[in-house]
Amino acid sequence: MKFNHYAIIAIYKFEMARTWRTLAQSVISPVISTVLYFVVFGAAIGGRITDIHGVSYGAFIVPGLVMLSLLTQSIANASFGIYFPRFTGTIYEVLSAPVSFVEIVIAYVGAAATKSLALGLIILATATLFVPLSVAHPIWMLGFLVLTSVTFSLFGFIIGIWADGFEKLQLVPLLIVTALAFPGGSLYSIDMLPPLWRTVTLFNPVVYLISGFRWAFFGQAEVAVGISLAMTLGFLALCLGVVAWIFRTGWRLRA
Amino acid sequence: MILGFVALRDVSLDIRPGEIFALLGPNGAGKTTLISIVCGIVNPGGGRVTVNGHDIVADYRKARADIGLVPQELTTDAFETPWATVNFSRGLFGRPPDPAYVEKVLRDLSLWDKRASRIMTLSGGMKRRLLIAKALAHEPRVLFLDEPTAGVDVELRQDMWKLVRRLREGGVTIILTTHYIEEAEEMADRVGVINKGEIVLVEEKAELMRKLGRKQLTLHLHDPIDRVPDALADYRLEIAGGGTELVYTYDTRGERTGITALLADLGAAGIRFRDLQTEQSSLEDIFVSLVGRGQ
Repeated sequence: MKFNHYAIIAIYKFEMARTWRTLAQSVISPVISTVLYFVVFGAAIGGRITDIHGVSYGAFIVPGLVMLSLLTQSIANASFGIYFPRFTGTIYEVLSAPVSFVEIVIAYVGAAATKSLALGLIILATATLFVPLSVAHPIWMLGFLVLTSVTFSLFGFIIGIWADGFEKLQLVPLLIVTALAFPGGSLYSIDMLPPLWRTVTLFNPVVYLISGFRWAFFGQAEVAVGISLAMTLGFLALCLGVVAWIFRTGWRLRA
Repeated sequence: MILGFVALRDVSLDIRPGEIFALLGPNGAGKTTLISIVCGIVNPGGGRVTVNGHDIVADYRKARADIGLVPQELTTDAFETPWATVNFSRGLFGRPPDPAYVEKVLRDLSLWDKRASRIMTLSGGMKRRLLIAKALAHEPRVLFLDEPTAGVDVELRQDMWKLVRRLREGGVTIILTTHYIEEAEEMADRVGVINKGEIVLVEEKAELMRKLGRKQLTLHLHDPIDRVPDALADYRLEIAGGGTELVYTYDTRGERTGITALLADLGAAGIRFRDLQTEQSSLEDIFVSLVGRGQ
């Protein structure tokens, strides 16, 4: 057995089955939240904001809102997916199986990324009900979606291994991701900020995700698309490195 | 330098293919740690383990593919069904889907009727059997049963013993840890005793009982006595049954049991008996004696 693809399929199917069992939490809740964002920011506030870089405010916030959901859902799905078997003790089976860490990560992160990717596409489809939307670079748009889903699912996987309680599981998505995503230009252009704050914002990795994703829609961005892509790939590489270290040492997994 | 708690010390153990090996030890002796190391759940501080010739680190895929583990805790996915979770286990261990085999396992463990029920609705005994079904899902050659009958009623326990025997007949090597000494006595070919992280003893069960077994001879007296005559003091007899019984304890390992001399001396002292019986100490007595020695 050189590559345990049966294990990948088993874990992947198991995780996806959980999505169907918890359809309301997994899909419906984030969609409703996003719709409310559109109503509040797009319709109520957006009516008082002029176009940004020639794009109507309602359309401008779509990539940001999709990214917002994608980040939080990727982290939530992946962290819960690995934390729950640790919490219940069923992780013993995965640890004792003839499965490599690469296969474990492909299965868990793949399932989490699939779910958030599907959610991102559903939110995008929902957005078209509110604002006319065209995508300048559909392949790149899909590429950024996949890359972000995978990267933040990996990040969520790390959080799920790090967390030793449900409080910690909630802590990072609530305190860090939301805190990074809102000032990261999800609902505004960072060019609207005073120069000092704009510079500070450039240290926020979410800025590059949203900027790159927005470029795929409108063909223009606050940050060069190459830099956005490089930053996202850099974060992906960092997460992969951390996961490799976790499995090599057995940190929080093996006693 | 080793920091923290040392659960195992210089353990060297060789399990023979196709045997049932019972690992006995008090709580915290290191039984589960030992099993967890072999199964890949705990990283060992040092040493080497091979399973059917496969190193558990260098050749972990082949080693683990041969192993089935039934954990001590009832850890199950509450929202899944037995059918889904046993199929999951089979896939996880790298085996292609085989619905007929999974059905057989579930039927063997009397879980077929519950295959579509949520696991959370199953009784404790059913969950225990389900863990065994999961461990058997990939047709392992070595099965670890970590206290498999803890909290299981007598009938179910005996069903499990039958199942274990069937598996052994099919060539599966079985290593079980248990608190129930009678389980080891009933099932095992060999017994290992572990205490404070050290293997205190490994022995054929029958040999162990023969070598370490103490016997008691109970004499039912014709007339009750209130004290042992001084002439019989060397035998360390105990009076029981309100003076109607005399109990003589002897070691089967001794060249002479002393029974012949005792009976002669009893006659000389004028003590007559109307019946006698002997009783061999159980594995439990042996275990308590071994572990007690290590305290």
